Amino acid sequence: MPETNTTLAGQRRLLWRTAEVRQVIDETPRVRSLVLNVLGWPTHRPGQHVDVRLTAEDGYQAQRSYSIASAPEAPQLTLTVERIDDGEVSPYLATEVRVGDRFEVRGPIGGYFVWTAALGGPLFLIAGGSGIAPLMAMLRHRAAAGSHVPALLLYSSRTFSDIIYREELNRLAALGDGPRVFHTLTRQQPAGWTGAARRIDRDMLAEIGIAATAQPRIFVCGPTSLVEQTTQSLLALGHEATMIKTERFGPTGALR
Amino acid sequence: MSLDESSTPAGPLDGNAAAGLLRDVFVFDATSATLTCGGCGAIAQVGSARLYGGLMGAVLRCTHCDTALLRVARTPMGLWLDMQGARNLMIRLDNEVLGDA
Repeated sequence: MPETNTTLAGQRRLLWRTAEVRQVIDETPRVRSLVLNVLGWPTHRPGQHVDVRLTAEDGYQAQRSYSIASAPEAPQLTLTVERIDDGEVSPYLATEVRVGDRFEVRGPIGGYFVWTAALGGPLFLIAGGSGIAPLMAMLRHRAAAGSHVPALLLYSSRTFSDIIYREELNRLAALGDGPRVFHTLTRQQPAGWTGAARRIDRDMLAEIGIAATAQPRIFVCGPTSLVEQTTQSLLALGHEATMIKTERFGPTGALR
Repeated sequence: MSLDESSTPAGPLDGNAAAGLLRDVFVFDATSATLTCGGCGAIAQVGSARLYGGLMGAVLRCTHCDTALLRVARTPMGLWLDMQGARNLMIRLDNEVLGDA
């Protein structure tokens, strides 16, 4: 037994691996996706994150965590990064990074905020801003795995042009058993907008959400205020605390 | 969303954000393990506790009674783990926990 444990520990140690940028996708004016090749990357589960470490020429290191946006089935690892103007890491990742650049990643990390098709549904996802990233990994996995569990995404963005993965979400929603996708725009709405136009609140969750009686697995990711308000509303609507998993950004709203 | 290298963010995060730091201590993903609070007896997954701190050290507190369940500190001497406020830690040995690496 001790020997087994030693082996287990040896295998389980998280290693820093070199990631090479293969593609850069402009998602919105402030958000980019980086498609990475990571040699020896073990598979991940949707909702997990990675640590990213940048090392300057003088040896100074900065580290941040980013959610994985790609499905485990995808051949490459995708991170979606929002530029935070006074950030140490995100200005590089979201602005300066070029195809061929390399940096270090370790992971996958976390097993709590995770959904796999095997866990079943219904799946009720609630995102604010770049909090969509780990939930997108779940929706991409759901499609890639051929899962038919009912799924609903409620996604709050500031403006139409701030909606990340907009076209891919439209495509997923248009599939026969695709997820229902419901947008709300909190700051500005284009002419003819048919979605909601306010912050996520209890009425919205009651009106378009999955009822507590259906016992959905709920994942909420976004700024602290959105996560806390949404969680309180969900509890008031009768959802069990154990069915609600949350991942909040820091108080600055930074995806760190 | 996750711990950064600054010492103290202005507010608590989810215990889930400590996954990377705890991964330096435990060979399994501790955020999916279950803690029993030594203060009030509440049982909850580590990932759902309230998290204060940064990469150099973190405190997980019970969401019901605020007891410090678990502290991790990274010092020049090494990693410190203090679980005085927790009655026990239950790790399910299935893919939920071990499948992360």
